[in-house]
Amino acid sequence: MEFNAIYVIVAREFKKFIREKSRLFSAIARPLLWLFIVGAGISRLVPRDTGVPYTQFIFPGIIGMTILFSSIFSSISIIWDKEFGFMKEILVAPVSRFSIVIGKALSGTIVSTLQAVIILALFPLLGFKLSLLQIMAVIFICASVSFCISTFGIVLATFYESYESFSVIMNFIIMPMFFLSGAMYPVRLLPDILRLVAKLNPLTYGIDAMKHAIFPHEAGPMGPDFSLTTDAAAIIITSIIFILIAGKAFERKK
Amino acid sequence: MSIISVKNLTKKFNGITAVDNISFEVEEGTIFGFLGPNGAGKTTTINILCTLLSPTSGSAFIAGHDCMKESSEVRKAIGIVFQDTTLDKDLTAYENLIFHAYLYNVAKNKMREQVDNVLRFVDLYARKDDLVKKFSGGMKRRLEVARGLIHWPGVLFLDEPTLGLDPQSRTNLWEFISELPVKHNVTIFMTTHYMEEAEVCDRIAIIDNGKIIAIGTPDELKKAVGGEIVYIRTTDNANARKEIEKLFRLNVSEKNGELYLSCEMGDTCIPEIIRTIGERVLSVRVQRPTLNDVFLQLTGKTIREEETSSFDSVKESVRAYRRRHE
Repeated sequence: MEFNAIYVIVAREFKKFIREKSRLFSAIARPLLWLFIVGAGISRLVPRDTGVPYTQFIFPGIIGMTILFSSIFSSISIIWDKEFGFMKEILVAPVSRFSIVIGKALSGTIVSTLQAVIILALFPLLGFKLSLLQIMAVIFICASVSFCISTFGIVLATFYESYESFSVIMNFIIMPMFFLSGAMYPVRLLPDILRLVAKLNPLTYGIDAMKHAIFPHEAGPMGPDFSLTTDAAAIIITSIIFILIAGKAFERKK
Repeated sequence: MSIISVKNLTKKFNGITAVDNISFEVEEGTIFGFLGPNGAGKTTTINILCTLLSPTSGSAFIAGHDCMKESSEVRKAIGIVFQDTTLDKDLTAYENLIFHAYLYNVAKNKMREQVDNVLRFVDLYARKDDLVKKFSGGMKRRLEVARGLIHWPGVLFLDEPTLGLDPQSRTNLWEFISELPVKHNVTIFMTTHYMEEAEVCDRIAIIDNGKIIAIGTPDELKKAVGGEIVYIRTTDNANARKEIEKLFRLNVSEKNGELYLSCEMGDTCIPEIIRTIGERVLSVRVQRPTLNDVFLQLTGKTIREEETSSFDSVKESVRAYRRRHE
């Protein structure tokens, strides 16, 4: 592995992220809309005696959404790089394809963990009391989930050649992944088929792990759906699978 | 010594042969040109040499390394300026170059110095902190050439380096490129479909439909076409023609009221012609063969045919755009 190359791929992404104020702004505005508008509206439909209040229930889900969007966006920049030619500059460099994939995955991880932390910092506004340990745990989970989703995004990006495909990815991959992740409603309450799909979604386990960390004592329907061990195993295994697929997909020469 | 060595290279895409059994050698420290119309197989060859594509068959070596098996070694030895811009427009010139220096593992303590060097080299040092999206086409090209030189490659590939540049930028870029082999011992491998650009090459391979149809120095190629052509206008073409034919024992032809003949050394023919036909001469001119003539003779078409049509289509769309907006 070429650490110089990995470093500079991450540094480029980070620099561009800092520079694009509008991207940062919309990345933070979107979860706020969900948290304070959609959440406040739906909470009126949810009976108050089911456990944690709805506005609190969706908090891990909205952090998960932030990670989902920013990780995929970051990885999808590979399509932009292909379109504008910059990818060629990277591909002809004496750098292994695996290092490029790791560099891109870490770029997504860092950028989306940062955004997730910004959303996480809103917890007092939602009436939470989190210990330092809980906060550290959530940040750790965020980083792992970000890595997993970023590698998934890289796999997606290797299959698409132009940015016209972006709306396809948005409507048929990102949105379903969000809605079937236990972010808005507990997975256990979903109809059978949808529950099965949710169980195949890596984001589900990431959000579930955050539920463990944020409301550890909630055992009712609003609590976590899986054990923490299941969550950890699912995230680690899918990350490994995606990174191997992405590495292979990058390797191929026409 | 050959720094690039290609043998029987073939590349097929879904049954279409883009590169057809080509072989050539490039000497170290020279400028080698691939001349041919669009779609002749120039870029495909570059992509194979710079390890982006695998060939269907044949072999290619750069600086002794196999382009198929030792791609990492080959990549370290080469710099590339692609046909389309491959800069990150949202980064500054300096950041683009630093990115490259990291990718090519340039020593950290020499990185800044080296980047500053190449920036001065292409005269962009003053603009180093500007975003690339503010650069003109010529500046972007120069920046890309600079980037290709950061890791001091043995071979620099230039794929249609002056495409889309204005005449002044083209001249500047050529002055700069033609100095590279002498000043920095860089071997240049370039492709072009501009005849006048191919003139700067030490050796040229003319490529058409994936095949190399001629290879040699520009002079050798021109000599192969035949000598120079002398055109004469006279007051009495019919008689003058007979007299000149008798004098040189050569065929003289007539076109558009002008007599013409080809001779080895046009300049020395002229005095003899004038002496023979005397006062009947109205004008005399000598045309030296160009690479265009070489291409015409070898392929039966001019290299520009395709280009003019694409240029016309650009003009047409510009006109249409104006019509809509007036």
